[in-house]
Amino acid sequence: MRESTAGRRRAVRLPAVVWLTLVWVLLWDRPTVANLLSGLVLAVLLQLAFPLPPVGPQLRLRPFGLAVFALRAAADLLHSAGPLAWQAAGGRGRCARNSVIAVPLRTRSDSILTIMAIALSATPGTLVLDVRHSDATLFLHVLGAGDDAAVAKARRDVQALERRTVRAFGTRDDLRALAGDGT
Amino acid sequence: MTAVLGAVAAVLFLAAVCTLVRIVRGPSMLDRAMALDVLLAVIMAGLGVSAVAEGDTWVMPTLLALSLLAFVGSVAVARFLVPHAARPDEPDQGADA
Amino acid sequence: MRTAFTAALLLLGAGASLSAGLGVLRLPDLFTRMHAATKSQAVGLLLVLAGVGVRFPTVEVLTSLALVALLQLITVPVAAHLVGRAAYRTGRVDRGLLHTDELERALEAPDED
Repeated sequence: MRESTAGRRRAVRLPAVVWLTLVWVLLWDRPTVANLLSGLVLAVLLQLAFPLPPVGPQLRLRPFGLAVFALRAAADLLHSAGPLAWQAAGGRGRCARNSVIAVPLRTRSDSILTIMAIALSATPGTLVLDVRHSDATLFLHVLGAGDDAAVAKARRDVQALERRTVRAFGTRDDLRALAGDGT
Repeated sequence: MTAVLGAVAAVLFLAAVCTLVRIVRGPSMLDRAMALDVLLAVIMAGLGVSAVAEGDTWVMPTLLALSLLAFVGSVAVARFLVPHAARPDEPDQGADA
Repeated sequence: MRTAFTAALLLLGAGASLSAGLGVLRLPDLFTRMHAATKSQAVGLLLVLAGVGVRFPTVEVLTSLALVALLQLITVPVAAHLVGRAAYRTGRVDRGLLHTDELERALEAPDED
């Protein structure tokens, strides 16, 4: 724990200020000037009082990619309820076999990995079990992947999600990592 | 509208009963933690429905508090209640949470 | 019209919640049950919240609902991942239900770096 506290610097970061102020205003139910100002003051004070270690390369929001990513995630979330309901109603005996698969990612950014993990839990039939940071590999439990073709399809789906995520949030380096690998 | 609200309440009640049976049955603590999460979500949905039924929104702060605290239970169980399987070669190398 | 919309959203949300409950009760192992729990639970709650938002379209309620939905979307994956990870590592995997298991190989193979 020692070395991680040593890396913490007292710094006020603008994205964090915006985010904390937004939550504060939402908590107070109505956007008034007083709420906005008190939120800004609190956000700055909080960051000075509780410094966090830097999270590495920051995200870069890309409006077009972000729209594609958000629409697809919402569609996936709504879609994921259907087949599961079918399986739940179908009972024990009809449950297909599943797989635990490893998906190597092409980008190494922790931020991208985090966003992907959240998006994956909205995608039908995937559950993040583990992450290996050393080579950015995700381990997923895939529902209903009972043969090699289904496993390959699941892996392609995750890599497509990675492409969408990087196009929505990636820095220039992430985009280069994505392009460098062909596919 | 009253009939619809009654039906919605009945369906939510059924869902809550299902999760309660799973909580009682287990078999592991993790099953219970997960079922408890679902039960809390069902309770939150029920609070929302009650707001519509009463035409009053006093439940909003309750919903907020529940949404902040709901996941703490299963995180605590996953972290502390389950004996950590000691493996020399864990797949994650970083200092994770 | 708005009442009908609210009613539809509440009914759909309750249906999704019920499918979460049924899934948690009836699916055969912890991991499949978690699939049902995390997805249907989030969908059900979000639909019900949307119904409440349609019924009370005021700034106060909508901001609270937005925050509840946001927190739900952020926290559910965290809890699901931690439970799934703990479950796998304590050996609660039913091998009979698995086609391949690439994590087991990764845990057994020595890690180079």
